[in-house]
Amino acid sequence: MFHHRLDLPLVEDATGRFMVWIMAVMVYLGIIALAGALVLSGMAERWENGLTGRLTVQISPQPDDLGTGTGTEVDSVAPLVQRTEVALALLRATPGVARAEPITLAAAHKLLEPWLGSALPDDLPLPALIDVEVADGGGLEVPALADRLARSVPGARLDNHAAWLDDLRRLARTAQLVALAVVILVGAATLAAVVFAVRTGLAIHSPVVELLHLMGASDQYVARQFQAHIVGLALRGGAVGLGLGLVTLAVLAHAAGDVSSDMLPSMALTPRQWLALGAVPLVAAGLAAITARWTVLRVLAALP
Amino acid sequence: MIRFEDIGLRYGSGPEVLSRINFTLKPGSFHFLTGASGAGKSSLLRLMYLGLRPTSGTITVFGRDVASLKRAELPALRRRIGVVFQDFRLLDHLSALDNVALPLRMAGAAEAEIREHVVELLDWVGLGDHLDAKPPTLSGGQQQRVAIARSVISRPRLLLADEPTGNVDDSIGMRLLYLFEELNKLGTTVMIATHNEGLIGRFPHPRLHLDRGTLNLTPAGIGPSVAVATMAPPTPSAGLAGGVLGAGWSR
Repeated sequence: MFHHRLDLPLVEDATGRFMVWIMAVMVYLGIIALAGALVLSGMAERWENGLTGRLTVQISPQPDDLGTGTGTEVDSVAPLVQRTEVALALLRATPGVARAEPITLAAAHKLLEPWLGSALPDDLPLPALIDVEVADGGGLEVPALADRLARSVPGARLDNHAAWLDDLRRLARTAQLVALAVVILVGAATLAAVVFAVRTGLAIHSPVVELLHLMGASDQYVARQFQAHIVGLALRGGAVGLGLGLVTLAVLAHAAGDVSSDMLPSMALTPRQWLALGAVPLVAAGLAAITARWTVLRVLAALP
Repeated sequence: MIRFEDIGLRYGSGPEVLSRINFTLKPGSFHFLTGASGAGKSSLLRLMYLGLRPTSGTITVFGRDVASLKRAELPALRRRIGVVFQDFRLLDHLSALDNVALPLRMAGAAEAEIREHVVELLDWVGLGDHLDAKPPTLSGGQQQRVAIARSVISRPRLLLADEPTGNVDDSIGMRLLYLFEELNKLGTTVMIATHNEGLIGRFPHPRLHLDRGTLNLTPAGIGPSVAVATMAPPTPSAGLAGGVLGAGWSR
């Protein structure tokens, strides 16, 4: 018999249905864009963790190794195997180097297989490769090491992947910024829709709002009515958007699983990132509530 | 209770609706506000319930100069003023009970307390069987009682009624005026705006008469147009419920 109800008949407004769908679409887009940003962030982090702290030493074959030298040169270089041993010894004796291991010929063939096929000739002149792991906080001076290697081992070159890593990092960050810009735009459009809905509600119900005002309702009392209404709509729309977003992400994850993992980095999200996605409707509802309150208070400030 | 000093009012750049209005309502007084249609009665009432700001002059309500009040202080002041609007202004989507409960909810009263008082008051005005009825399903007289119950539920210190007898026949109009007299005897200051000379002539209360925006006071006393009341006024000892708003009310 005695129900606590909104004093304003906001539930009957057509703007309510419109707001639910607006919120559903906005939360859906927000979740997809945020998921994109999080996946890209994870990719960039994995690339960075996988490649920083690692160096590769490449020792190129010299004419003697290829059997094309005349054998009369005064400064004839040592064979590739010997130069590799010298480089390994130098690396292992360098402070800050945790590990230095040669990459076997079989492993090098495996790396080239995607481009040259499996039937590689045995006399293919491949450079010797050494995988170097840098110790954490070891204070390794990479330029000094590169200089020493070049002087001590003819044909040796130190590659710290910096250029390639920089390109990847720049690409990931740009894509991340675009995704975040989409999240911000979607959020701004949602808040604009809330302002529109609240202003429409205030205009439609201005006689009731004025009555409450004259009866002694504080501006906060009226604002709370709009807030409660908008939060209800936002949560309903947000639940729909979250459901659709999760289904979309599940389909994308399934599709990505079918693609070779060598071609596409992992798109897996951490539990914390899933929680962040789940919080999108709550954040949207919170922002909608604040916006509704702010809009009502601004409009009511014009009343005597 | 309320004091108007040299009050002037105009809407926008239009002509002056009220001019040099001066009067004081003492606590516990009862006044009629009369005047022809368009004389400015509703505007004067709006100034009194703080629905308008005057163009000039000073309004003092409950000892406070309204112009010096902060905006945040006004709602508490308004809640001490009960208003019966000419067109009732009930909220059609709310039940009679929720309509009457509005002022208490605004004041932050507890739901249990609200329910107890509202049910008692609606029962008292003869609408105990219509607690859940929405205003559109009630007759004009019943709506008016809901509006009056809403205006007095929070025991206002000042009650303002704008043409409360405008939509009802003389019999119900008389009952309403008896009700306002009873409220006045309980300490509420009352001002009733009306142009129904036939009804107010039966009550010995002073009149404030508005004529083309200026105010004149007619002292207390039964006016010349008084007619014999068709029903006896309630005895003070009978109280509000038994004397005025009891079972005598009908659709």
